[in-house]
Amino acid sequence: MALDKVGIAKRIAQELKDGWYVNLGIGIPTLVANYIPEGIEVEFQSENGILGMGPFPFEGEEDADLINAGKQTITATKGAVFFDSAMSFAMIRGQHVQLTVLGAMEVSQNGDIANWKIPGKMVKGMGGAMDLVASADNIIVAMMHSNKAGESKILKECTLPLTGVGCVKKVVTELAVMEIKDGKFHLIERAPGVSVEEIISKTEGELVVPDNVPEMVL
Amino acid sequence: MNKVVSNVSEALIGIEDNMTLMVGGFGLCGIPENSIAELVKLGVKNLTCISNNAGVDDFGLGLLLQQKQVKKMISSYVGENDEFERQMLSGELEVDLIPQGSLAERCRAGGAGIPAFFTPAGYGTEVAEGKEVRVFNGKPHILESALEADFAIVKAWKGDTEGNLVYKATARNFNPMMAMAGKITIAEVEELVPAGELDPNQIHTPGIFVQRIFQGEKFEKRIEQRTVRSK
Repeated sequence: MALDKVGIAKRIAQELKDGWYVNLGIGIPTLVANYIPEGIEVEFQSENGILGMGPFPFEGEEDADLINAGKQTITATKGAVFFDSAMSFAMIRGQHVQLTVLGAMEVSQNGDIANWKIPGKMVKGMGGAMDLVASADNIIVAMMHSNKAGESKILKECTLPLTGVGCVKKVVTELAVMEIKDGKFHLIERAPGVSVEEIISKTEGELVVPDNVPEMVL
Repeated sequence: MNKVVSNVSEALIGIEDNMTLMVGGFGLCGIPENSIAELVKLGVKNLTCISNNAGVDDFGLGLLLQQKQVKKMISSYVGENDEFERQMLSGELEVDLIPQGSLAERCRAGGAGIPAFFTPAGYGTEVAEGKEVRVFNGKPHILESALEADFAIVKAWKGDTEGNLVYKATARNFNPMMAMAGKITIAEVEELVPAGELDPNQIHTPGIFVQRIFQGEKFEKRIEQRTVRSK
C-alpha cells in the first residue's frame, strides 16, 4: 500500500545520521523531526535563525518571538542558538548543514527541482528554497509520485519554473525511494505492498530498476 | 552619542513619498509594529519596501498595502495576504522576489560596503536572468548587487541610548543586516535603557549603525501560526 505523509517522513528519518545538522522544509519534511531513530542525535536548523529547534510549545507557553521558517511557534532545545538571516544562510551556503529535506512539485532525472511557482497562479515566492538547493550537498525531496490528475511528477524534464538545477540526490514518495545519478532515477526501495510495475507506470522519467527491489522497512 | 528620540513620530521625520524603506522582521516576528502604524498615519505613498515578507491583511506591512502606500515590494516570500495578491495580479504593485539568503546578504553587503557578490542561489532559474554568471571551483554562480535604503526601520528587544541593540530569539532575523544598510536607521525597542546597562559582550547591533532609537508604546506581537502540543 502506498505510504501516507507520516510513512514518507518515517522513511526519510532513517536517512539521518548521528551528529548531523538538518534543515527541514515546510509540510511533510517537518514531520521527519518526530521520527528520529533511537540512539541518534541530530540538530534542526530553521533558516529564520535558530539551530536547536525543539517541539511545538505547550498551550499557553507560546512565544511570539520564537518561530520556525513556517512561522509556527516552536521551542528551543538545550544548547540552542539564535542568529540573524545572513548568518543562517552562511551556514546553508557554506555547507555546514549536512542534510536538507524539502518538498517539490516536480523533480527531473538530472536532479532539477521545481517547487516555488506555477505560472498564471499566485506567486508566493521562493523563500529560502533556492539558497538551500543551490548549496546543500545532500538534498532529499519528500513528495507525491503523481499529481491529483494522476500525472507523474517524477519527470524527464521539469515543466514548471525551476528552483535549482542538478541538485536533488534522493527522492522519497508514497511509492518508492529513488536515487538520482548519471541523469537517471534509480529505484532503491518500494513501499510495502507496492509493485515495481506500479512505480514504473507512474514514473515519466528514465527509471533504472534492479532485479531485486526490496520493500521499505518502517 | 545620544540617539534617543522621544516618540515614533519624531523617529520617522524625513520619510517621504517615493522613498525606499527596509523593514525588519520575518513574517510578523520582529517587525517594527509601532513604526508601521505611524507610516499608515503619515500616509506616505509610492514606497519601495524591502522586507522578507509583506505581512498579513490587517497587520504588519499588510497595513501599508491596504492603504495603497506601497509601489514595490522586494521580498522572498509574500503569501498569506489577499490584498497583496489582488494588487499584484492587477499590476498595481510591483514585486521583486529574491531568494531569502540572497536578500539577507544583499542587505548585509549594502551596509558593509560590498557592491556585489557571487552566489550559487538561483543559478539556472529565472532569478538568474540578465545576471552575470561566473564559475568558481567548477560551480556556476550569479552576481547579486547590494541593497541600500533611505531609511531602515528595525525592531529590537532592548536598546540603549547609544543605539546599541539586543534582539530576542528568532525576532532577530533580518533586523541586524537592515540596520547596517539604512542611510538612516531607526530602531524601535521594547525596552530602552541608559548606556552602560547592556553587557558590551552581548550586543548584536553596535550603535554606529543606528541613528535614532525610541521605546515603542505597545507591542501586540501577533502570532501568525500558533502551533502547540498537548500536555
